[in-house]
Amino acid sequence: MRLHRLRDADRPRIALTLDGRTIEAQQGDTLLTALLAADAGHLRRSEFGDGERAGFCLMGACQDCWVAVEGLGRVRACATPAEAGMAVKRG
Amino acid sequence: MRIAVVGAGPAGVRAVEVLMAAGHRPVWIDEAPEGGGRIYQRPPAPLQRNARTLYGFEAKRATALHAAFDALKARADWRPETLAWHIRPGAKRLHTLHRGTQAVVEYDAALLCTGAMDRVLPVPGWTLPGVTTLGGAQIALKAQGCGIGRRVVFLGSGPLLWLVAYQYAKAGAEVAAVLDTTPFATKAAAAPGLLRGGATFAKGLFYVGWLRAHRVPVAEGVTPLAIEGGAEGVAGLRWRDASGREHAVACDAVGMGWGLRPEAQLADLAGIPFRFDALQHNWVPVRDAAGRTPVAGHYLAGDGAGIGGAEVAELAGARAALALLQDAGQAVEATTVARLDAALARQQRFRAALDRAFPFPAHLAAALPDEAILCRCEGLRAGELRAAARADNAAGPAPEMNRAKAFSRTGMGRCQGRVCGAAAAEILAAELGQPVEAIGRLRGQPPVKPLPIAAPRPAPEAVP
Amino acid sequence: MSTEGEVLVLGGGGAGCSAALHLAQRGVKVVLLERGLVGSQASGVNYGGVRQQGRNPAELPIARRSRELWGRLKDITGTEAEFTVTGHLKLARSDAEEAELIAYLDVAKQHDLPLRMVGRNAIHREYPWLGPAVVAGSFAPEDGSANPRLLAPALAQAARAAGAEIREHTTIVAQHHAAGQFELVSGAGETFRAPVLLNMAGFWGGAVAEAFGEPVPVKPLSPNMAVTEPVPYFIEPNLGVVGGNVYLRQIPRGNVIIGGGHGESDPAVPWARPLPEVTLEMLDLAVQLVPELAGAQVIRSWSGIDGKMPDGIPVIGPSRTTPGLFHAFGFSGHGFQLGPAIGAIMSELVLDGRTDIPLDAFRIDRFQPAA
Repeated sequence: MRLHRLRDADRPRIALTLDGRTIEAQQGDTLLTALLAADAGHLRRSEFGDGERAGFCLMGACQDCWVAVEGLGRVRACATPAEAGMAVKRG
Repeated sequence: MRIAVVGAGPAGVRAVEVLMAAGHRPVWIDEAPEGGGRIYQRPPAPLQRNARTLYGFEAKRATALHAAFDALKARADWRPETLAWHIRPGAKRLHTLHRGTQAVVEYDAALLCTGAMDRVLPVPGWTLPGVTTLGGAQIALKAQGCGIGRRVVFLGSGPLLWLVAYQYAKAGAEVAAVLDTTPFATKAAAAPGLLRGGATFAKGLFYVGWLRAHRVPVAEGVTPLAIEGGAEGVAGLRWRDASGREHAVACDAVGMGWGLRPEAQLADLAGIPFRFDALQHNWVPVRDAAGRTPVAGHYLAGDGAGIGGAEVAELAGARAALALLQDAGQAVEATTVARLDAALARQQRFRAALDRAFPFPAHLAAALPDEAILCRCEGLRAGELRAAARADNAAGPAPEMNRAKAFSRTGMGRCQGRVCGAAAAEILAAELGQPVEAIGRLRGQPPVKPLPIAAPRPAPEAVP
Repeated sequence: MSTEGEVLVLGGGGAGCSAALHLAQRGVKVVLLERGLVGSQASGVNYGGVRQQGRNPAELPIARRSRELWGRLKDITGTEAEFTVTGHLKLARSDAEEAELIAYLDVAKQHDLPLRMVGRNAIHREYPWLGPAVVAGSFAPEDGSANPRLLAPALAQAARAAGAEIREHTTIVAQHHAAGQFELVSGAGETFRAPVLLNMAGFWGGAVAEAFGEPVPVKPLSPNMAVTEPVPYFIEPNLGVVGGNVYLRQIPRGNVIIGGGHGESDPAVPWARPLPEVTLEMLDLAVQLVPELAGAQVIRSWSGIDGKMPDGIPVIGPSRTTPGLFHAFGFSGHGFQLGPAIGAIMSELVLDGRTDIPLDAFRIDRFQPAA
């Protein structure tokens, strides 16, 4: 999945990492936006072997966008502001 | 009097406005950092906040609500980014979590304005990255300036389908198709009632007309067959038209939804009984027209109390707050009450026509193939739920929804059946040959949303 | 309307459903009466521990017999109800608790219960994920866990197949005994008659006993239960502690089931819920045992209603007031493992007039002041 920046797409850049790899994002992004507008493709993998997941409701209800952020613990990517320097792990 | 208001969407804002005008300072809780609810969600800085671009026809209403919220939050006991994860109606205590910190809110009266989320139908392939709800697709655009893909199919039914497709097209995304599962004839039959909606109805027609005029492929009465793709995400969608012909459309994202369902978990935990609203085809908490519930001291307003939309939510929030004040023996203006009651009654008639125009396609849910994932959280397939209802199930056939959950784990996951519950009920009802309202609903359990286990503290009785 | 049987079973928990099954298998016309769905209360909402170690010595003969039935559950019911022999590891967090574990080794030996002490040096080597609060443990290799949501329904289904009549949604509002017949009347006005009545109604069994002139001091007990989201499987044994203020187990799907303390309830409704403060406290205790659980999310919590006796062991055996009446209730929060054997024992009491299992400790009149 790749989010397509349609509007307001030239905000100050921030850098974070996903599983150790640098991801460029923009100020004001949620973690979900930051990762999926870059080339992360997905946010987690189903525990039950049925494939990748990348969120679904984007409003904190479906519980399908959990990722781990160093220092913050596990968070819903759709409801967590992306911040420069965040170290994110999938799942 | 200690008052707790949960939710800062249209209903919550107008409720708090009434309560504060009457001299109260409620505790006001929302999971979001700011008020406005999902419908009028504001983008975080430094995204621009041009109301006209973000909210279209609703710009004036959104701006007014935001202004009201901004004025109120400084004076209320405003608690943003706070999850109310449990409520104890007898003890009158709300249990909240804010950035890892637990708190208890004691109240004399609670007004729950907990909103709604998309009602969805599972479609084979719906867990692929790139599939979101219609509401999710709209939030991506509204609050983040993003489309869920470059070439998007919108699938479902109801006013939001056409609105989101229009918003995407306007924003410059390629809308590969708008696929409406409702046949044209169903909508046409409801048209006379829809006319009561006046401006709302006109806006709906405008979106449909605009999309057609801009040559966006649209089809009505469709049957979705499968969303296809792989680890990379969505690659296309197969569907069948009303005449039975199969089609495939290439896309990299799908937004889908079939109306809304109340986020009524707190009402459930508060012990408020539920009834099946046949027209909405939703279980809704029981309340009177003013928002009073059978559980004394507990009030409901907005979509969390039954889907009515943002305009109704504003009216209902104010009305429920007035009911709360009346019950507390405070004088309220009779003319205000009468005006709100009349407006709410008018809206209800339009809403009924809307529900008739866009009925939930229960037959599509019931027909979900056995191998398709039904419960996203637990990775369970439709066939596993059906097996739990069959006579040859080792533990016997599950006669109702919660027993089916116990046997099959459907709805036992992180979302507690918010997402799959509506479809699961149709599948179980069809398997049992019962009307869906006869097989009950998934009971809510605390916590309302996942609750992290805190880091270990030193054990006081630890002996080295 | 009226239904006749040879035995009426009141209460569709695991024990009652097992009784219906064992009686039906021996050709008895048995009717089981359950207010809701079978397994709705203590049997269905409990932790799912299939545990022998740590039990009151009086319960061990029943537990041993039940463990044998658990091993054959698939043959008996068509499902093993997710019964898995993971072993049960009971943990000590202090010297005094460790001494209790050591003292129990003798009890286990007397009842041929395999049990192995895991001492201070070994405990963190064998279970490196245990927190520093743990000082020792005792491991019962034959113990394990099962899915409580499946046991009673599966036993009921097997009982049906054997010819028992399982009547759910049947609330009994009146009970009489006259001329060698029990007569029970449901809320819907239906009458059930039989010469034998088994009172296996959990907490509500107290009211039944009282109706037949032998009140007992039973109190409602609501276990405070929660489960986490799935996390990678690493906790194999079912874990408990001396004192029992927290217990937890992980299923291979990844969810960790955690219990501890008690919730709130209203048996009149019936209604039960975990208490938030108790949930948070038991999570604190759980994370002290297994620090890696920090950050895992609790996704659901629940409770139900069991009957608790002052001495923590159930009432089992014949009535002292009414011939043909037999009791088995008040399992005090640890009846799940016992359920299958209780059914077998009750069928023997009814049909053979005796059982090999010593039941004296469980007699109903033990709470009456000595004459």
